[in-house]
Amino acid sequence: MTTTMLEVNELSTKYITRFREDVYAVDKVSLKVEEGKSLGIAGESGCGKSTLALSLMGYYFPPLHYTSGDIIINGKNISGLNPDHVRKTILGKEIAYIPQAAMNALNPTRKIIHFIEDVILEHEMYVNKKDIYERAKKLFETLGLPPEVLQRYPVELSGGMKQRTVIAISVLLLPKVLIADEPSSALDVTSQKMVIKMLKHLMEAGFISSMIFITHELPLLYNVVDDIMVMYAGQIVEKGTSHEMVFDPIHPYSKGLMGSIIVPEEGLRDVKLTAIPGVPPNLKKPPAGCRFAERCKFVRPECRVISVPYREAGNGRVYRCIIPEAELREAYSREERTK
Amino acid sequence: MTREKKLYLSAKGVTKIFGLGRQKTLAVDNVDIDLYEGEVVSIVGESGSGKTTLSKILLGLISQTEGEIFFQGVKRDINSHAKKREYWKNIQAIFQDPFSSYNIFNKIDTVLLDCINMRGGRYFPREKKIEMMTEACSFVNLKFEELTNKYPFELSGGQMQRLMIARIFLLQPKILLADEPTSMIDACSRATILDELMHLRKEIGMTIIFITHDIGLAYYVSDKVYIMEKGRFVESGSADEVILTPRHDYTKRLLSDVPKIHEEWDLSTV
Repeated sequence: MTTTMLEVNELSTKYITRFREDVYAVDKVSLKVEEGKSLGIAGESGCGKSTLALSLMGYYFPPLHYTSGDIIINGKNISGLNPDHVRKTILGKEIAYIPQAAMNALNPTRKIIHFIEDVILEHEMYVNKKDIYERAKKLFETLGLPPEVLQRYPVELSGGMKQRTVIAISVLLLPKVLIADEPSSALDVTSQKMVIKMLKHLMEAGFISSMIFITHELPLLYNVVDDIMVMYAGQIVEKGTSHEMVFDPIHPYSKGLMGSIIVPEEGLRDVKLTAIPGVPPNLKKPPAGCRFAERCKFVRPECRVISVPYREAGNGRVYRCIIPEAELREAYSREERTK
Repeated sequence: MTREKKLYLSAKGVTKIFGLGRQKTLAVDNVDIDLYEGEVVSIVGESGSGKTTLSKILLGLISQTEGEIFFQGVKRDINSHAKKREYWKNIQAIFQDPFSSYNIFNKIDTVLLDCINMRGGRYFPREKKIEMMTEACSFVNLKFEELTNKYPFELSGGQMQRLMIARIFLLQPKILLADEPTSMIDACSRATILDELMHLRKEIGMTIIFITHDIGLAYYVSDKVYIMEKGRFVESGSADEVILTPRHDYTKRLLSDVPKIHEEWDLSTV
């Protein structure tokens, strides 16, 4: 019996702009992450991946506002709580977040150990600084980071090292869920691999119980996570295990995404990349029917009118399209033949 | 019968040293490169390997410390501004960051008009200029009517990068230097940009040099791949040869660090 670490039911959040316009960036997203599992979120830029990550923390600051839905972390509902309360008792302990440019968060005038002191003193009173140092040293050793880093300033570290340091700081209080939002997109391939290795190690060693990994790089996502969720215009369009999603996508948008994968493997040069024409819709006025209708190859007149429900495809797989699975697959194979 | 391909640009023993004395750094170390007509060449390396310095030397933005560069068989002469302008009619570049590639005070019309002027179309009638601009925009699936009177910051990153390609379409250079053209753009727009670049290449038959750290991209687009480490080419050859049967340790390491989908990604090697 596995325990559910994070459960989100129909979470909606919006941005309110300076001109009092609402932007519905996350729209009725439901997801579930079990203990020891990792979930990946894929999608092109501007589809709401990062906003979803921010919303999952339960810590909202303008222009982001909470609308409806529940976030349940380890049996505790954190949605709609006072932000100050969330910051003191939930962040870091229950859920930790690594933003996109995490390494830029380090204040260049302070040593790494000071950031660690800050985190621990905020959550635990009456801790000796020497104890903190010992604790931090032990943590860094287990994570494969040299303990000398603690006495260094951020400018003395390389980008990859800074990123790994930030990750280490974020797991100091042993959070249940770690949300990593593009933790490696600013790094070169070797540092990226080190970061990924560290994240995997965190899961195996029990520092974190589950992980949400956000990136637009699909080969990376495929290698890191167990399940992949594809987002489009604030909604989930398809969910499945990573193998299924990469090799056998159902939704036309996922199909388009997976067709843009570039990996240095034999046979890549014969593959024609599929590009999805157009841009995501403006979420100030989201379209009434399917949000992908404008860019979809298989669009039907009713797509633009009725709101599309989720369809089950067996094995916990869901997709959001008006066209049944079998018909979509047939259309794909027909396309393959004409190529 | 195969026609002998024309040699466009070649560099012989190019070296670039930054700084003096103890601060001396060797950015590019004795590099030879030959670029033929209609070829697509990639220069792959990690950050700090000197690939951008080499591209700047080829473009003529900085001068080399040692070595010679020949353009169409003749030694390149860019000692005066007029000569540089003449040289840049033949070689153009797309840079990594589309947001800083445009003059923020110029409207998009101005950007495209400059290109027409540079190709000697300064005294074309207005209608002809508009027609040319519309054609260039429709080539990259942008609508010129929507872009007029807009400033660059009103476009998304992908659109800006496509506008860059529209510029190249108007300029029709012999050589295009693409310095990480897709690294700031997400994977989905990447396919569009690459498609358009390759289409453009077919259309005007130019040579493209890709400077990239993405070895998968290099393999996908190029005929020839050069792997660069610490200012030197450690391996070069046809794309299939270099990527599928790498010989140098550095190439092997680079390849093993890239996540793949059909093979297991070995995390224990770092």
